[in-house]
Amino acid sequence: MVKTLEGSHAIADMIVNCEADVLACYPITPSTHIAEKLQKYYADGKIPEYITVEQEFSAISALAGASATGARTFTTTSSQGVALMHEVLYAVAGMRLPIVMCVANRSLNSPLGIWCDHQDIIPERDSGWIILMCESNQEAVDTLPQAYKLAESLLLPVMVCIDGFYLTHAVEQIDVPSKEIVQKFLPKFKPEFKLDTNNPITLGIYSTPQYLQDFREDLANDVDNAREPIKKTEEEFSKIINRNYGNGLIENYKCDDAERIIIAMSSFCGNVKEAIDELRDKGEKVGLLRIKSYRPFPYKDVQEILKNKKHVGVFDRATTLGGHPPLYTDVLAAIYDSDQKVPISSFIGGLGGKDVTVETAKNIFEDLKENKIKRKFV
Amino acid sequence: MAQKKDKTKEIKVPKVPHSKCDTAKENKTGSWRDQRPSIDLSKCIKCAQCALHCPDGAIEVDETGAHINYDYCKGCLICERICPVKCITHKKEEK
Ligand code: SF4
Ligand code: SF4
Repeated sequence: MVKTLEGSHAIADMIVNCEADVLACYPITPSTHIAEKLQKYYADGKIPEYITVEQEFSAISALAGASATGARTFTTTSSQGVALMHEVLYAVAGMRLPIVMCVANRSLNSPLGIWCDHQDIIPERDSGWIILMCESNQEAVDTLPQAYKLAESLLLPVMVCIDGFYLTHAVEQIDVPSKEIVQKFLPKFKPEFKLDTNNPITLGIYSTPQYLQDFREDLANDVDNAREPIKKTEEEFSKIINRNYGNGLIENYKCDDAERIIIAMSSFCGNVKEAIDELRDKGEKVGLLRIKSYRPFPYKDVQEILKNKKHVGVFDRATTLGGHPPLYTDVLAAIYDSDQKVPISSFIGGLGGKDVTVETAKNIFEDLKENKIKRKFV
Repeated sequence: MAQKKDKTKEIKVPKVPHSKCDTAKENKTGSWRDQRPSIDLSKCIKCAQCALHCPDGAIEVDETGAHINYDYCKGCLICERICPVKCITHKKEEK
């Protein structure tokens, strides 16, 4: 049913509909409203267990324990909260615990800012979590049941990321698929290995050099092989809800005949689409390749779409200090791996909530008219 | 101990690193020892202080006195320190 809702509240509603068993969240702007609403639902008896914790390291640690017993778990955080979880995020992936977390993306200190960019998840890109970047609240709501399905079938944790404030605090019309709809799609979580007093095992084990690489190799392969399941899950759920967001890994917005392309993630893509529509009315052949699955990264799809393009601009909402920015690096790697040569420029912008508008997107497309490779802040 | 991956077999379910309980028994850590404690049972008063303090759980006390399991004793000599009647002594382990 379509309702007028704040993005954060729609996400909380969806977590109830996904029948999460155990929650542990520590409030941090801009994710706070999600946690707040879930607390309310716990008080109302709609959520079986909500562990109040003193900080984010505890939140994710508590969920690691809960998930190890076979519970469906959820947490939400932002910025320094993600950074404080860092150590445990890697452990959770290595332990193959299917925790789902919503990150409301926000800049990292310093300077202290509370607004959106993607720097907070960049240190976690190598952690083994699947990272899905959503453009809209509707997409985030529709992605959460898929996140659980992927997490629990692949035994990989999943981050569903939304831009802080732009989405978390936006009040708009959102359709939250009902519990009945979600139940049809999302089976109960029945792990093969779990903490059980009748059949005790140790999880989070120590491993000698003889075995450790094998575990890492398995994990690496499983994250790599998650691309097909991500596509399949998106296809399956989109049939149920009659909405879709590209193939689950990427969204191709008018790229097929385009000469110049912007590659970007999350909410800025809405503005890029607007710019594309306006420029196309004037006869300019421009398109957007939106990366939805940041990890695993859709190298093949990027190669496919960038075939025979004239100039590509990668928009990063984060930096790699002393190196090329993160998304740009991945796109370069994708193209190096293929037989094509296309100029790829780098644009960094929107840091710490700096507005990136339709105009910003148009300026990038203007920059792409020249053949010269550019690397700049916008 | 986790099972070594068999690369010839396809793994259907993603593998969770885990170990069964009790597997620590398989690692005979006594081989690390370079000091060997021994108990003079004629003086032992069976107070079990040594067994309680042994970090490896390598001492059992029965009606005949305290007995060290050398498969696991690592030779830290805490038992020797703790024994109230000083009936535990040690010498260098000979391998
Ligand atoms: S030497 Fe240490 S390990 Fe050995 S029996 Fe005494 S207390 Fe236990
Ligand atoms: S501490 Fe000494 S006296 Fe007491 S049980 Fe052990 S060996 Fe015997």
